[in-house]
Amino acid sequence: MMAKPFFRTVYDVPREEYLAPGHGLCAGCTAGTIVKLLLKVAGPNTIVVNATGCVEVSTTPFPYTSWKVPWIHVAFENAAAVASGIESALKALKAKGVLDPSKKINIIALAGDGGTYDIGFQALSGMLERGHKVMYVLYDNEAYMNTGIQRSGGTPVYAWTTTTPVGKILKGKIQQKKPIAEIVAAHRIPYVATANPGYFADMMNKFKKGLEVDGPSFVHVIQPCTTGWKFDPRYGIVLARLATETGLWINWEQEEGQFRVTVTVPRRKHVRHYFELQGRFSHLTPEEIEAIQKEVDLEADRINKLVGRTVIGPLVE
Amino acid sequence: MGWKELPRGGSILEPGNSESRYTGDWRTFKPVIKQDKCTRCLRCWIVCPEPAIYIIDKPYATSSGRQFKFSVEVNYDYCKGCGMCVEECEPKAIDWVEEEK
Amino acid sequence: MESVLKITWKRLPLSSNFAIAQAVKDSDVDVVSAYPITPQTTVVERISEFIANGELKAEMIHVESEHSAMSAAIGASAFGARAFTATASQGLELMHELLHIASGLRLPIVMSVAARALSAPISIWGDYTDVMNARDTSWVTLIASTAQEAYDSIIQAYKIAEDPRVFLPVMVAYDGYAMSHTYEPVYVSEKADAFKDYIPKNPQWYTLNPDKPVTIGSIASPDWYYEFKYQQVVAMKNAYDVVKEADEEYGKRYERKYGIIEEDGVEGSDITFVTYGGIFGTLKESVEELRKKGEKIGLARIRLFRPFPSEDIAKIAEKTKALVVLDRAITYGVGISGPVSREIISSLYSRGIERNVYSFIIGIGQRTVTEKDMAAIYEKTKEMLASHEKQKESVYWGVRE
Repeated sequence: MMAKPFFRTVYDVPREEYLAPGHGLCAGCTAGTIVKLLLKVAGPNTIVVNATGCVEVSTTPFPYTSWKVPWIHVAFENAAAVASGIESALKALKAKGVLDPSKKINIIALAGDGGTYDIGFQALSGMLERGHKVMYVLYDNEAYMNTGIQRSGGTPVYAWTTTTPVGKILKGKIQQKKPIAEIVAAHRIPYVATANPGYFADMMNKFKKGLEVDGPSFVHVIQPCTTGWKFDPRYGIVLARLATETGLWINWEQEEGQFRVTVTVPRRKHVRHYFELQGRFSHLTPEEIEAIQKEVDLEADRINKLVGRTVIGPLVE
Repeated sequence: MGWKELPRGGSILEPGNSESRYTGDWRTFKPVIKQDKCTRCLRCWIVCPEPAIYIIDKPYATSSGRQFKFSVEVNYDYCKGCGMCVEECEPKAIDWVEEEK
Repeated sequence: MESVLKITWKRLPLSSNFAIAQAVKDSDVDVVSAYPITPQTTVVERISEFIANGELKAEMIHVESEHSAMSAAIGASAFGARAFTATASQGLELMHELLHIASGLRLPIVMSVAARALSAPISIWGDYTDVMNARDTSWVTLIASTAQEAYDSIIQAYKIAEDPRVFLPVMVAYDGYAMSHTYEPVYVSEKADAFKDYIPKNPQWYTLNPDKPVTIGSIASPDWYYEFKYQQVVAMKNAYDVVKEADEEYGKRYERKYGIIEEDGVEGSDITFVTYGGIFGTLKESVEELRKKGEKIGLARIRLFRPFPSEDIAKIAEKTKALVVLDRAITYGVGISGPVSREIISSLYSRGIERNVYSFIIGIGQRTVTEKDMAAIYEKTKEMLASHEKQKESVYWGVRE
């Protein structure tokens, strides 16, 4: 039996804000949405370790901070290691009676795709293996947006970035996106999930579960980037939802080894609806779009077989 | 401020003090919530990335006779005018209005 | 007069590595994060034993790299815990980015460094290139020359680091192998946590506390960055007095102290040897032999490398006629390539003190330096002095042509 989800409607969402306005994220940056909702779930007894990235620089230009919870930035590649140190300190000070052992403090590592797939991967894997009680939240905008849209291990195939330009011979990124959440799941930690701000309750429930498990957890959130993906800022959440509606982004969780798709898609939209809205894919030919569609179809089949029933439905529009 | 007055190492001691930085002047268009048409579904409040949309404890009675205990309002000091709330609004209760220069 | 906790000492045969582990236990450290590297490894092995036996109540983080070792120490210290790490050579290099961040965030972390040569070619043996490479990272740096001093210095290091006038991390360096793996008799406290009067726990630095949220590690624009760096300049300057006070108080309480520069027979000497680390032992013995032959030789050992004790070295220079500086590291591409030699020359020049300073490079990658070498270096210096030769390039002692 599964427990009832904690967040079901907007009325379950606390009013308190722990991300203050006045930050410098781009207009329509969905990272703002994600972080704001993350902090509503976590509440005030929370410490955030932020890897270098858009969120870090935009929210803490001295002398201004948008954080109402304790926050630390150390470097790009080590959010997981810094969080490990904080968690160990918390344990040690509780064991020594310096802190009340019943006091619960959430420790969240927050990093982008560069800080997770690439430069931060070793520290992340170490933290997971050692079993620190830290929730690692990856906001994945699929490129190094903070330095100006360079490709990362999280950039999808064919996407234009400033280092995978659309030229006469090479057109966008050649390689596939690294399946980071599956790699994390292979560490056999208590909780791994993928989430989408377009499905806020599902995402917030995942943050809540991630904070509650006894050990490391990982929540991988898709984060449409108006600047890097080249779309009108008003479509951030529309695009996030389209990623799921087309089957390109599947919202799943793995809890104590049990894999589950949390947002089922009864009728799947064609991937072209997702690509059409984004400048980074504007060079795609109809043949290339069809090739991607085929891959998504195969992935839907694989997921359905894995789950044992149809959770990602047929292509209908 | 000189080095003696500044907190060590660039630490910031006042939580959430970015509230004193107004980002409203980034805007070229602004969302205007029509309270009468608003169903209080709060989707705009959920998606606003600033946050610049707030739930205000201000009762409101619509022309069709619906009673609400609260209103949803945009804080224009911070709204950057991204328009995500306009896209999210199912009852089309948010107008998208060009800012006057 | 404050009460002095009486410590019962026990005398143990310990390597400097084991002495340091003992000091970590006796400092009641809360979090240790470290990665194995020769010749540091036995420090953390011994600490792990203390934790496994319940002799030290601490969390040990077996990190996957030195980069994460320092990162985790930063996290732990930022939470208000007393943090420790230990490393050497390549490990210190891998941490390098974080060395600047630990000091920039003003966190009182203590680290021991078993000084070792750097790759390439790989060498697991001792010299001080790793420590000297970290000299601009704003870490207070002590260099010990005996296992006893290594023990005492770790305890003093917490006193220094956690002083609000400083709030900087402290590094305690000592010779890889020659000290890290050599046993000496060391007096250690009979009981763990015996130094709580000397180093009480009362974190005053900015910490991550949900009851008082602070943002640590903001981004500083050109309008602000310089002032934060100047704060570190001042903290480093303050560290000089704090190091001195910490050592004097330690001496008063526990009857062992070391000073900033250890000196012997400098007054009225013709030539004074200056060095650092374990090689000082060899030097002392050979100088005793030379003195028996009537040579007037002074001895000075630099214990505090950062902040550099320019005033103290100037006073030493004024009491002697010439200085021979034995460096165990090379800074490439300059004539006088011994890092400490260069510091001394600059200290004397800026004070208008005219003395010949002769720079010798020795013990690179643990090339053997015997008492005979010391005597020969002395003879060579006398020749240079007699011929009024100005030294433009360091002598690379013992390198094969």
